[in-house]
Order: sequence, then structure tokens, then C-alpha cells
Amino acid sequence: MKFAVIVFPGSNCDRDMYYAAKDALGEEADLLWYQEANLEGYDAILIPGGFSYGDYLRSGAIASTSDIVVQLREQADKGVPILGVCNGFQILLESGLLPGAMLRNQNLKFMCHFENLVVENDETIFTSKYNNGEVISIPIAHHDGNYYCDEETLARLKENNQIVFTYQNNPNGSVSDIAGIVNEQGNVLGMMPHPERAVEAILTSDDGLKLFQSMLENWRERYVAGA
Amino acid sequence: MKLVKVHITLKEGVLDPQGKAVQGSLNTLGYDNVQEVRVGKYLELTVDDDANIETAIEEMCNKLLANPVIENYSYTVEEGVVQ
Amino acid sequence: MLQAPEITPEMIEQDKVYQEMGLTDKEYDMIKDIMGRRPNFTEIGIFSVMWSEHCSYKTSKPLLKKFPTEGPQVVQGPGEGAGIVDIGDGQGVVFKVESHNHPSAVEPYQGAATGVGGIIRDVFSMGARPIASLNSLRFGNLNTGRVKYLFDEVVHGIAGYGNCVGVPTVGGEVQFDDCYEGNPLVNAMCVGLIDTKDIQKGIAAGLGNTIMYVGSKTGRDGIHGATFASEDLSEDSENKRSNVQVGDPFMEKLLIEACLEVIHSDALVGIQDMGAAGLTSSASEMASKAGMGMEMNLDLIPQREENMTAYEMMLSESQERMLLCVKTGEEQEIVDIFKKYGLEAVAVGKVTDDKMFRLLHKGEVVADIPVDNLAEDAPIFHKESKVPSFYEEYQAMPAYQPAITDYNETLKQLLQQPTIASKEYVYDQYDSMVQANTVFSPGSDAAVVRVRGYDKAIAMTTDCNSRYIHLDPETGGKIAVAEAARNIIASGAKPLALTDGLNFGNPDKPENFWQMEKSVEGMSAASSKLNTPVISGNVSLYNESNGRAIFPTPVVGMVGLHESLEHITPSHFQNEGDSIYVIGDTAAEFGGSELQNLLEGKYFGKAPAIDLDVETKRQDQLLAAIRAGLVSSAHDIAEGGLGVALAESLFNNNGFGADVQLDGDVTTLLFSESQSRFVVTVAEQDRTQFEAKVDDAQLVGTVTATSQLTVRNGETEVIKEDVTTLQQLWKGAIPCLLKSKA
Repeated sequence: MKFAVIVFPGSNCDRDMYYAAKDALGEEADLLWYQEANLEGYDAILIPGGFSYGDYLRSGAIASTSDIVVQLREQADKGVPILGVCNGFQILLESGLLPGAMLRNQNLKFMCHFENLVVENDETIFTSKYNNGEVISIPIAHHDGNYYCDEETLARLKENNQIVFTYQNNPNGSVSDIAGIVNEQGNVLGMMPHPERAVEAILTSDDGLKLFQSMLENWRERYVAGA
Repeated sequence: MKLVKVHITLKEGVLDPQGKAVQGSLNTLGYDNVQEVRVGKYLELTVDDDANIETAIEEMCNKLLANPVIENYSYTVEEGVVQ
Repeated sequence: MLQAPEITPEMIEQDKVYQEMGLTDKEYDMIKDIMGRRPNFTEIGIFSVMWSEHCSYKTSKPLLKKFPTEGPQVVQGPGEGAGIVDIGDGQGVVFKVESHNHPSAVEPYQGAATGVGGIIRDVFSMGARPIASLNSLRFGNLNTGRVKYLFDEVVHGIAGYGNCVGVPTVGGEVQFDDCYEGNPLVNAMCVGLIDTKDIQKGIAAGLGNTIMYVGSKTGRDGIHGATFASEDLSEDSENKRSNVQVGDPFMEKLLIEACLEVIHSDALVGIQDMGAAGLTSSASEMASKAGMGMEMNLDLIPQREENMTAYEMMLSESQERMLLCVKTGEEQEIVDIFKKYGLEAVAVGKVTDDKMFRLLHKGEVVADIPVDNLAEDAPIFHKESKVPSFYEEYQAMPAYQPAITDYNETLKQLLQQPTIASKEYVYDQYDSMVQANTVFSPGSDAAVVRVRGYDKAIAMTTDCNSRYIHLDPETGGKIAVAEAARNIIASGAKPLALTDGLNFGNPDKPENFWQMEKSVEGMSAASSKLNTPVISGNVSLYNESNGRAIFPTPVVGMVGLHESLEHITPSHFQNEGDSIYVIGDTAAEFGGSELQNLLEGKYFGKAPAIDLDVETKRQDQLLAAIRAGLVSSAHDIAEGGLGVALAESLFNNNGFGADVQLDGDVTTLLFSESQSRFVVTVAEQDRTQFEAKVDDAQLVGTVTATSQLTVRNGETEVIKEDVTTLQQLWKGAIPCLLKSKA
């Protein structure tokens, strides 16, 4: 399986994402500079965390206007799995690939620590190796992770089972404790916690590895077994 | 040259944690009459003269400067200072 | 504000304009001799910043010479942007600490942020990827609104910058004492990893080679920052806000990535960041180090503001700027690499062979200075030194004996002392995990970052107990180094070298200079004995406010190596049933202790004694036991003594408790701050082997599954408390102080 990791100016979890796919999962991965990236031919696309363009206007806003987002939309429409973590999630929200927006954390401070997440939907291509209700320990590291959407959108997210992860103890004020959501088609996942930082036991937790393994398993079932 | 002043604020109904914190501090300082604070952004754009300047500003606000999911914007266009 | 063009060389001399820039009459005369004429306004400005303490170490140089700086592990000692130690496999660790005290006192957010940015640039300009940041912070007690504001904003600034550039902030220390109320200390340390073949130097070599400028444009910010750092903080410091620079971490992140790409280009000859004294120091040092001269055309410097004078450009401390020396004809290669990151590299000058530092502006030569004199010939002052009377009084005092009746309550109070209390409020705001190599994040004795792809890791810590140094600078200096090494050892690593952040008061006062002298002697003795040479550092003097000096605070930043990931040892108790040992003897030593502070509200008497032979033996033996796989956890015993160390070892939310038996004077055994001690746990089956390896280990108790800390003296339970209760007090203390009304 071949992963693309998009690198924006100011991305800083790009290598972490790359190593999660390459070393922890043992698959192929390329770091692609946003201006030079051609997303054709990749089996999955990872949008890493960081502070794209310094997050100077709003987190993810400037990156969401770059040309690469046009390609990202095409790939999303084709059903290619896309995972946006932290700033990657914010970019997906700003570009409209996922519904909602991010506000500043309720306590107004950046926070970085492990949080317990509850798996709410184990039927996505990102979570098939987890079980519903399973509690996993994944670190957060963000200033603007307070997920917001209006009631109508929230009702739709719930109805379509688009809420994938929730916080066991909501740290940032997110609506309905939301930590991660998928699009209606189920191939675009955005989440604030960092699964790529929890793929080896020496880094305190490897609970995030199953997310990448789920992507691999689903890719194999779809393309390798089917071929 | 035109000077465009853009104000961006959170939509009514969207929780504003910064505004809440500022309000709390003002109340602590004894300004009990402050009922609500909303924190927003203010931008100054120096733009070449153009007949369609308002359309362009609208576009800029919708595409980048404001996030329509959570924010409202308003703007004024003034004569810019020629340097 | 001084205006350049109107001030003639004659006026500078007659009106002693140089004094406003911090130069003395004697220094002015030296400059006139060097130049063979009266310097003009730009030239005198250039001298004033290069000869400031911050750039020239003119006061501290005689002391710094005492530090041991060599060892087989040292790849690069003091003199470059940062020091480097060897960690095998062709790799080196690059590190340095730097202070940003005065800017942080005036504008805490930007002061702290730009401090972090500056030290990161020092590290990547060596060619290393920054892999970790640490800091060492000192504030007044958290009982005034101003102190709370400084504390919050400094932390916020470190977070704002460090998180954005993607370098994890993995460790540090924060202490609170009244002496820092008007003059907080903000010391930032950066650690980088390098393939030693990639080491860069800040040199401008090769006649005719091109000098290129890259990064943020030059504005009027921070003019005379280096001189500002070399003065006392006074009431009107608040008015010096124009001195404070504003940081742009996004620009820094682009520079890191671009520069780490540029170092692999053969076109690059040398690279240096523009730190204190900006363009002046980087350019003149690069030329002087290469034994060359340099000519720069200031019209070509990218400028953010209009009508900047030569003086302003040369003294600006605008952040996120780098200076490069590039082979003639190969400039485009460098330009293209930076262009990818949206950065513009601009040719601004060339290397000459006349050893002159020549600046052109608007068609005129505006400065023409012998570069070696400028960079290397700053005068050295041998300051007067005098033993302070308070030191003699402290030494003459009888040993302080605290009177305690309720040990349980005392332990609870100690855990809530801000210096001991949990710093989670602080480090939760730092991204401690980015780069996905952080094994132990803040809250451990030492931070541990593994080296990806190898069976090894780097341990790092910052330490300095300034209370001991206040009481006895020589002993306290030894303790600062030894404690840092203890933290590294407890994590299972071998200490390699250190960087020092020397923060002192006004050296013109002989008592202050004596403190500097003695603490450097103590640190040197300990560095030699523990084989941790000093490979980089920073000196910050004039840390006073309203005439009162801070406690001498020579911060030690130390780095060690885990030769295998297997050696990494946590500081918290790990398994029910493990035996608890105390390594080292405990005497009644309470001078400068947290208990003394708690009971008396001040520090007096003798600092705890330290024997460096004993220290070395215990560290070596503990490390040997760890490497033999005999130790489940290890924690050094520091502020608050064994009582606090035991409690801290349980604050890991794993539900354990401890049953401990201490026979003798309970106050001493629980709360004395005797040095060279550790609390370690050992599995039942390893006890015999452990005891054979570690001479001074006494068995004191057992780890239990009950989540209760019980300490008995004979049959009496002197401490019996629920661990969760203790942990909540410890965790809640700082947030609680911040919330309480000033």
C-alpha cells in the first residue's frame, strides 16, 4: 500500500505521519511538497498536523486555498481514503471536505497530553480493527480543537453515523465530545488526536496503530484480494 | 488606492471562549456592567481602485478571510492615503 | 532616540555619546586607537554591541576559562553557535542554553518566544535538526498580579513559538522565589541531532565569495538589545518596549527546513544566524573566524521599514534571519533551495582579504573597522571580588533544626510549595511529543528522546537550586552540576557534557562578582569530576531590579546518552512488591531547604554539603545496576527530601502505594536535603545482585497495591495518607495560586 503525506509550509507532523506508515505499519510512503504533489496513484492520502502558514488567519485556512486541495477533492470523490490529523483535520474543515469548524479550546490554552477516546463507529475503513465502545489512549496537541457545528449538521452527523471518535473526558469544549468525524461517503476522516504519535509502545501507547492497520486491511480486501 | 476595513466576528450563537474570558476579567476588575464580549478580527487592506471592488472584497471574505460556518464579516471602503 | 546622521565623530567624543550606548571612556579610547581616528556614529554603535557583555563576555571571560571544555566525547567546544558531543554511529548531539531575561521582563510573551527562536537557530545553523527544547524559568512568588501575568505570558510565549516550529518542549524547571519578582529568568535550551559529517561553521572564507542574507526583513526592532541585556532593569525598562523583537515561528520553521537542505549543497561555505547584535555580530564574526575581511552593501539588505540608517540596520535584532557565505558563481543553487520554501536569499556582500569590516550605504563607506579588533579584542575586565558579609554570617550560624510535630501535614504543605508542586499547568501547554520520539516527557527526572532507527536515546535536563548557591556559591555550584548528572543517571543514561546559563546580578558590585567566581569554581570542580565538560553557554549579568540582585542562578543544561533503549528507567514506582531503597546517607541539612522556606519564609545557614568522590561513586554504581537490568525505577532526592521523593514516585496514576520504615530522626530522614541520594525500586529476585553492586543502598520499604503512603518510625505511623489526596494537592497547587486574587 502506498501512502502520500502532503507537506504544507508549516506542517510539522509530516515526518511522524510518514514514519507511522513506513516503519510502524511497514508500507510505502512519500512526503510530497504541496506545490509539487501529484496525488494520482496513491492508495491513501495523509494530511499531517502542524501550523500550516503559521495558522495566522485561522487554523488551516490558508492551506485550504492552495491548489493541492483541488486534487484532494478529486481523490476524495474517487473514494481514496484521506486522513487529516489535527491541522490536517482543520484543513479538511476549512476546505469543506468535512462539515463544521474549529474554535479555540475552551480554556484558551494549547494542550498536549494523552486522552482517552471512545470508538463510536467501528465500521469505517479507518476503524475496522477497533470495536465500538473500545477506549484508546491517543495524544492531543492543539490550541484550536474545539469542534463546532450547528444543530442541523450535528443531527446529520449522528444520523449517518459519521462521528467516529469521541473524548471520554472532553478536554476542549467540542460539541458532543467529538474528536473525529468522517464524511458521508466514509473515506475522509478528520480527527484532532494524533494516532501517528501512538504507534509504538516505547512512546507510551500504540493504540493508534490499529487505525493504520485498518486502512491497510481494507485496502487489501478491496484491491489485493479482489484482484 | 482604496483602504478596505474588514471586521470579522463570530456568528451569534457560536460560543466565543476568548470573549467569555475577557468578559470574566472585566467583571473581575469591577466593570460589572459588561454583559457580553465578542472577540473578532480587524483587517486593513490597501487595494487598487477598481469598479468592482465590493464584489472582490465579498469574494475574499467568503473564500479566505472569514469562515462562513462560524463567522460573519462586514467592511467599509475608504479613500486610501496615497504615499 | 539617537539619530545617526546629525551626530558627528567630534560630537561623539565631546558629548560622550558612546556612554549612552554602554561604552566607557576607556573603551572609547581603545576604539579610537584601533581605528586611528574618531569613529563615526555607525562605527561606535557597532563597537558598542560587539563589546557588550552579551557578545564579548568581557566581564565573565576570566571566569569562563576555568571551565573544563575538553574530553574524548567533545566534537565542538565553546566558540561556535552551539557545542557538540559524540554519540557514536557518526552522530553528534548539538546543544546550548541561552537567556532572554530582560526582554521577558518587559514583554514576556515575545521575550520568551524570541528566546526559544534564537536558541533553535543556534542549533540548526550548525547543521543539526533541532529535536528537543527545554527551559529553566524563575519567577517571584505567585502572589501578585504582575508575577502571575509574567508567568502566564512567558509560558504562553514558549508554547506559541515552540509548538509552531515543531520542536518538542520535553523538559525544564520552574522555581519561585521573591528575588526574581522584578527580574524573572527565562533560559531556553535547544538540543539537536547531527550526522557529524554535516557540521557547519559560521565562517566567511574564500576571497571573493558571496555573502547572502535570508529570512525576515530587517526592521527597527530590538535596536541595542545586546546592550539592553547588559544593564540593570530599572523603573523605566517598561518604556524600553521598542527594544523587544517580535517572533515569527512560521518563518523559523521555513528557515529550519530550508537551511537543513542548504547544508547539503557544495555551494555553501559557512552559515550563521543573526542573534544578539544581528547583522553586526554574525557578519564580523564570520569574517574574523575565517581570517578574512568582509564588505557589505547595506542598500541590498532587505528592509521592512523605509529610510533606515546604516546604524539602524547594523544594530537591528529583527528575528529569523541568517547570513550565509556562498561560493562565487554558485549563488543560484542556494537561491533556488530557499525559493522552494518561499524565502528569498539575497547577495549583500563579499569576502575580502584585507581583514576590514567595510559597509557601504547609498554610495558611501559608512563603516570601515579592523574586523579582528571588533570581534576578538573586546577589553577584558578583571572585576573586584569581595566576600559578602551575609556569607560569613551564614557560615557562622548553628545548624538549623526545624521543629515539626505533624509530619503528615508538613508533607502535604511541602507538596503544595510552588517549586515542588506539579508543573503540569505549564508543560501541558507545550507540544512535548511532536517528532514522535519522546519517551519521557516533562514531569520525569530527565526527559528522554530516542534516536530513531538506533538502539539508543538522549537524556536531557536543566537544573539549578539557586538557594544553595545564595548560601554558598561554591558548594551550590557543585550541587547544580551534580544534581543535573543525578537526573541523567536516574533515567539510565551516562552524562556526556553540559551547557551553562549563567545568570547573575551586577558584576560591578564586588560581592556579586565573588558569587560568580565561586559558583563557577564549584561548577568547574564538579564538571571535571563527573566528566561532563562545558561545551557551550551563555552569560546574563545585571539581573537586578530596583537595586536588588537575583540569587546567583547558573543554570546547568545537561545531556546524556542511553547506550540502549533497555536502559531507560522511569522515575515512578513500577511494580507492586518491589523493594524500595534509599541510596546515600541523610544528615540534618536544612539550610536552603524547602522546609526552611515553608517554616521561616527565608533561607539561611549552610548549604547541604557535597563530596564529589561520593557523588561519583554513587552515580557510577547506580548506572551499573541500571545497565545490569536490576532497577525498576530511580528518582533523585532533591527539594523537600525523601518524603517528597517518595510521594512523587507514586504520582503516576497506577494505583500503587508504599510502606516505608524510617528509624532515626524523622524530620531529618523525611525532609533533609542531603545530597547525592536516590530512591530506587528493585524487584525481589534482583535484590542480592543490586545490593552487591550499590554500596550505600538501604532497604526502606515496599511498593504496595493499596494507593496509600505509609511511613513508620518504630511502631508509630508518622505519615499515612491516601496517594490520590496527596497527588491532588500537588497537582492543584499552582492552578490554585493563579486563580486566587492577587
